[in-house]
Amino acid sequence: MANSASLNLKTFHRGVHPDEFKSISCTIPSRVLPLPDEVFIPLQQHIGAPCEALVEKGDLVKTGQKIADTKAFVSSPIHASISGKVMAVAAFPHPLGGKVPMIHIKRVGDEDDWQHLVIPDQWESSSREILQKIVREAGIVGLGGAAFPTHVKMAPPKDKPIDHFILNGCECEPFLTCDHRDMLENTDKILQGMAIMMKLLDIEQGTIGIESNKADAIEMMETRVQALNLNFTVQSLKVKYPQGAEKMLIDAALGRKVPAGGLPMDIGVVVNNVATALAIYEAVVEGKPLIQRMLTVTGDAVENPGNIIARIGTPFQVCVDACGGLKGDTAQVFMGGPMMGLAQYDLKVPTLKGTSGIVCLEASQLKSTRHYPCIQCGSCVSVCPMNLVPTRISRLAETAKYDDCKDWGVFNCIECGSCAFVCPSGIPLVQWIRVGKVKITEKQNKLKARA
Amino acid sequence: MNDITPTQPEETPKPVKPAKPKRDPRAKLYKPEQPLILSSSPHFHAQDTVPKIMWGVILALVPTTVMALIYFQWAAAGIILSSVLAALVSEMIVNRLKGESFTIPDGSAAITGLLLALTLPPSFSIGGAVLGSVFAIMIGKHVFGGLGYNIFNPALLGRAFLQASFPVPMTTWAWPLTARYAEVDGITAATPLGVFKFEHITSELPGLLTGNISGSLGETSAIAILIGGLYLLIRKYADWRIPLSFLGSVFVVSGIFWMISPETYPTPVFQLFSGGLMLGAFFMATDMVTSPVTAKGAWIFGASAGFILVIIRLFGGLPEGVMYSILLMNAFTPLINRYTRPTFFGEIRA
Repeated sequence: MANSASLNLKTFHRGVHPDEFKSISCTIPSRVLPLPDEVFIPLQQHIGAPCEALVEKGDLVKTGQKIADTKAFVSSPIHASISGKVMAVAAFPHPLGGKVPMIHIKRVGDEDDWQHLVIPDQWESSSREILQKIVREAGIVGLGGAAFPTHVKMAPPKDKPIDHFILNGCECEPFLTCDHRDMLENTDKILQGMAIMMKLLDIEQGTIGIESNKADAIEMMETRVQALNLNFTVQSLKVKYPQGAEKMLIDAALGRKVPAGGLPMDIGVVVNNVATALAIYEAVVEGKPLIQRMLTVTGDAVENPGNIIARIGTPFQVCVDACGGLKGDTAQVFMGGPMMGLAQYDLKVPTLKGTSGIVCLEASQLKSTRHYPCIQCGSCVSVCPMNLVPTRISRLAETAKYDDCKDWGVFNCIECGSCAFVCPSGIPLVQWIRVGKVKITEKQNKLKARA
Repeated sequence: MNDITPTQPEETPKPVKPAKPKRDPRAKLYKPEQPLILSSSPHFHAQDTVPKIMWGVILALVPTTVMALIYFQWAAAGIILSSVLAALVSEMIVNRLKGESFTIPDGSAAITGLLLALTLPPSFSIGGAVLGSVFAIMIGKHVFGGLGYNIFNPALLGRAFLQASFPVPMTTWAWPLTARYAEVDGITAATPLGVFKFEHITSELPGLLTGNISGSLGETSAIAILIGGLYLLIRKYADWRIPLSFLGSVFVVSGIFWMISPETYPTPVFQLFSGGLMLGAFFMATDMVTSPVTAKGAWIFGASAGFILVIIRLFGGLPEGVMYSILLMNAFTPLINRYTRPTFFGEIRA
């Protein structure tokens, strides 16, 4: 296949159409946030083992210096994002809730003294082992939100041959536009980052999936793919939530279905986000570890919404203040979009590697959803992209019938929130499904411990 | 029992420390300067709510109600008003008894009252309508746990109760006041289905479509029901699979019988447009609470109801079978839901 036709809109089955709110910030070019006075860098920002701090209180650190690491394979090191002095290694509020060990660094002076990674002159001619090491050392994780260590994804087991790489530029969450801006502003870097990942996986076929509401990004990608003489397919996809979910994207772009309970590599596919591709380019070609990322600060409660490039660990308050601050009647602040994001109780929490946006909503945006009993309307069933019966799983979890929850596929749920979005009774379906998952896991762990 | 067992050596009793007052775990948390509202994702919700759906269904019933008022005038007005009012009042009484907040605004009680009224014969007594409505709400709905928990469609259950209690008034029909026989024939008349069942005469289609025939208040005009039904389908307040499979199955099954013996059995078109089938297919069978949630389940539900209906109409003692066909399938709904679990995304079924 040569370049794809833009009119050929592929997609997955079911799903929902929330209001997009992307026009608030999608046309605003990104700007670099001034260096923050202090950063709080959590020791765990990724899926996998947490890191151990390599620095102590009072140490001076450089930008890009590795400050935490672990020997575990499924993990990712952490780097200082500003040059300064370590004030504390202690528990601070975390955007995922509660207090988590973090390294608190206070900036010293105005310098931004970088410590770069050791990189080869030409990535094209260096070995896969070297590249993989750089990706790990740079602390790169999936920047779409889940923050899965990228070097793990780039090293699939031998019995899982990979033949296709998909670059995820869907950005289906309402409000978020950072991937969109990245694709417009760093097109070449992203494409080269993708090429690096494909070299790592030793594969030829690559597809870039973009929702059709980002026509300029699709056009830009298509032109640059041709100009750089790359053999990538740019696939425009129907605007539908959750198009950017890994399994939905693979189904839409390639027509392959990830087996229930399986991973994309089971069907020979690896998916990564555009921001991750950019981070890989910056690490491999520019020698910069992952210490900053673009994020969207938006919502009607923000005075000047926009896309900012912020150092990781910058408190939310600093990001929001850089965008004009919050209006008086701010009611909710989320890390991430309104569909899968996490509500925050405090703006002291720092941005993480996986923070793609800070969405702030006014009280008027909130609809008081009264809770009604389930009327069995079946709306949740008709939108579930994973083909589940959310109303049933939710009711089973509510009545503590966890074994039945499992039979009804509770672990297949990707928690996209489509079911609770359409529920006319305002039932927190996803919440109950999470309860079911947690309870089943607890029970299994208990059994394992006893055995 | 004592704390110290006799085998243990003597110990100097430790001074009892006063128990530490339990700290409020929330005190550890940061006190935000600006209180923010927390919620579990998704934080966004679509526009539809239960009351919106319920009032939407009532809106869809307006054409049918208007036709009933035109054809049967004061008789219709009396029955509809008393049935709806009785439903609302009994809902309030149950709310009070259960100690819950009033659920009138969600519109479900009003629907039950209205639907019940539309299935009653125009000559039915107001007292009977009230009784049926009270039964529908109290027994049909709230005994099972209220909205969302009832197994049977409350309105149909109310009608079944009336049918069992007052079989004669429930099958005594009047011509619409606008019909040409109204003055000639006096008060009572048989429904097209009754005429066919007992006299083997098929009524003409125009009458069946406009509703200028004898029958229950709301089931005579197929066109009015279709308009409302279409609205329901467009707004997605009803699963399109149910009326389609219900009507389709009636058409096919009765068509098979008609082809076998056109003299004995009526045409499938007559079957479709006569009796309470249209009202039942669009407004009763599609009742969300009592119909399956899965797509496959909806097909099974509608098709089976259609099959049962034709069997009752052709071979049963009653001329009409919509009510029983739907109630029977209501009883099967939990079972259908259980056995029509959709195949998970990426699931390989053995």
